[in-house]
Amino acid sequence: MLEASLRGFLADRLPMERRRAVAASGTGHDAALWAGLVAQGVAGLAVPERYGGAGLGVLDAAVAAEALAYHAAPVPFAASLVMAPIAIAAAGSEPQRQAWLPRIAAGEVRLAVGFAAPIGQTGEGQASLDRGRLTGRVQAAMGGGGTHALVYLADGRAALVAVDGEGVRAEMVPGLDRTRPLLDLSLADAPAEVLSAANDAQAARTRVLDAGRVMLAADTLGAAQAMLDQAVAFAKERRQFGRAIGSFQAVKHTLADLAAALEPCRALVWYAAHAQDALPEEARLAALQAKAHLDEVGREVARLATEVHGGMGFTDLAGLHFWFKRIAANRQLLGSPERCRHEAALVQGWIPA
Amino acid sequence: MQLTYSEKYRALQSEVRAFVARHGHLSPKPGGGRQKPSRRALDWQQLLLEQGYFARNIPKEYGGSGLPVDVLELAVIAEELAAAGVSPGIMNQGISMLVPTLLEVGSPEQCRRWIAPTIRGEIIWCQGYSEPGAGSDLASLQTRAEVVDGHFVVNGQKIWTSSAHYADMMFLLCRTEPDKPKHQGLSYLLVPMSAPGIEVRPLVTMTGRATFNETFFTDVRVPLDQIVMGRGDGWHVANVTLKYERLLLGDANKLASRLQRIRELMQRTVLDGRRVIDIPEYRDRLLRLQGDVMAAKYHGLRLLTEQARGEDSGLRRLIVKHHGTMLGYRLSALAVDVLGAAGLAYDPGDEAAETDEATAWHIDNMYDIGLMIGGGSTNIQKNIIAERGLGLPREPKAAPPPARS
Repeated sequence: MLEASLRGFLADRLPMERRRAVAASGTGHDAALWAGLVAQGVAGLAVPERYGGAGLGVLDAAVAAEALAYHAAPVPFAASLVMAPIAIAAAGSEPQRQAWLPRIAAGEVRLAVGFAAPIGQTGEGQASLDRGRLTGRVQAAMGGGGTHALVYLADGRAALVAVDGEGVRAEMVPGLDRTRPLLDLSLADAPAEVLSAANDAQAARTRVLDAGRVMLAADTLGAAQAMLDQAVAFAKERRQFGRAIGSFQAVKHTLADLAAALEPCRALVWYAAHAQDALPEEARLAALQAKAHLDEVGREVARLATEVHGGMGFTDLAGLHFWFKRIAANRQLLGSPERCRHEAALVQGWIPA
Repeated sequence: MQLTYSEKYRALQSEVRAFVARHGHLSPKPGGGRQKPSRRALDWQQLLLEQGYFARNIPKEYGGSGLPVDVLELAVIAEELAAAGVSPGIMNQGISMLVPTLLEVGSPEQCRRWIAPTIRGEIIWCQGYSEPGAGSDLASLQTRAEVVDGHFVVNGQKIWTSSAHYADMMFLLCRTEPDKPKHQGLSYLLVPMSAPGIEVRPLVTMTGRATFNETFFTDVRVPLDQIVMGRGDGWHVANVTLKYERLLLGDANKLASRLQRIRELMQRTVLDGRRVIDIPEYRDRLLRLQGDVMAAKYHGLRLLTEQARGEDSGLRRLIVKHHGTMLGYRLSALAVDVLGAAGLAYDPGDEAAETDEATAWHIDNMYDIGLMIGGGSTNIQKNIIAERGLGLPREPKAAPPPARS
């Protein structure tokens, strides 16, 4: 199964020194790791089979996202390998699909995805399209470090630019989470390729956004599980007052609380992912609640798993902060939990739009 | 984990809907379980049993429908009955705890004798576990049974025996082998509450109602064949029952229906001229709880799937009681806050206690604390999760108690 081989591969290829080196490089990209993941089929996971991918759904992608986050892998998975191919498959013309999807599956292009519209992210997000040229500024696009960027306009249309293209200034922001850099885009009359075949552009945009939210939820799930596992292992090992600290109820009850909060999250993430694939009437609510719920549980796990490690948890040396920052970044992207819950109320008709 | 409803389930869905349309008016109010079932509840139970909507997977010879376990069928039935606002059937300690225990470790004779009348709601059971000196340290219990003239003869005292004042039978954990180490000296007996020598004294709870009791045993005779498994196996049997009790206490269907009732309450309650649901601070609390309830619900489906496959859910099962009871409490706390000052009128002794919305929510809110304590308190659950689920080391052994004179 993909998950088991992916986890084995990551455990093998991503020791802490390697993660540290990629984070320090500021590129968010490890060529050898990327090549290995492409060989494993990760790049083509969400690309339809007829365009050279595996044609798997959001559920399989969520399982992969959890595994990647468990190893704090420096890979632009959510944006470049899930949101971008879903966007192009849904809204691209046949020639556009043929042009882009096989290259995504082959690992030749990596797309950042940014939103120039209110999605609940602070920062600037404005862009306008005039005769095939993009002008505006989009902050915190996910999947920095790649070759291209896909920009969503407020009306749901999506347009592609090359990061080194005419009129494009693409800046990698040294961010909180150095394993997955974000991109700031300044666009001045930049020639862009508009995805031109969407029947309902807003619906297509929402699907991409919700798939992204499920990926962030799965990422936080994997990262939080990694932190909890490390805290449990540390509590069994570390001795104070002549005992393993995990034998003290103050510590074991903390860890039990985290396990009780985190374990049901897995079923929620799986359900939300499956709903994107097969349950359209439940997809929106499930994505919004999965994102919001994992943001909340993830923050709690991140704090307390760090605390259980004592002073060591606060150091750079332990490296726990890679997961902490990943969870912290996921919370702010594609809508804070408060914003997602507000949207969930709208989706359910609890309050007037 | 099964996720999609195929044709087969859609057919069952329409079948249940048709049933509810035809017979739904006969249903008692959902909930209850804190009193003896009414005639109406017994008749409804019979209808559900005939339809296979209750005890669906219990063998026919024991009064069920004998159908193979299908998690989604159970989910469809539960969802449809809940959506229609009708009762899903009687929930009590006999049905939810003793019946699965007998199915797992009881003899065929015991299953034949006790299960059918229990699921019909005709035999009400209570649980004889805790004692004044044996709460969290349950295995230290002192109520004893000796064999005299072909009977067990029971002497001692139990406490927190919910529903003992109207129960027909008790599943009793008592000491039959006083010479053995504490966990190995226990037996699990099925005791008729009408037996001479049993005295039940009501205990008033913090809600102001007498829903549980102290139960005293003086030379109470129990037939020798009314032991589940053998002498000294009581601790094992008791833990089988506790496993089912803890799953019951964390039941996500109950949480989901509670969430729905609170949402409706927030849509019709007005605060400072606005519907409470339109006030962001309250609405966000409800939505946070919805996320938790959804996680609990899909987690429950995952557990049922694993159970049907005969897999051991380990940690996933161990968290259910702690997670579910805490969540239940947070839900009822929101309801109490929505009701606000106008919801402070409280008369638990009144007949209307179960129907007055504010009183019922306040009772639930306090009762939820009882649920966190009963069936192995939250602190004990956290020890279990940490030690059995996460493999953390046990507390170092305390010094042995001084020898008894």
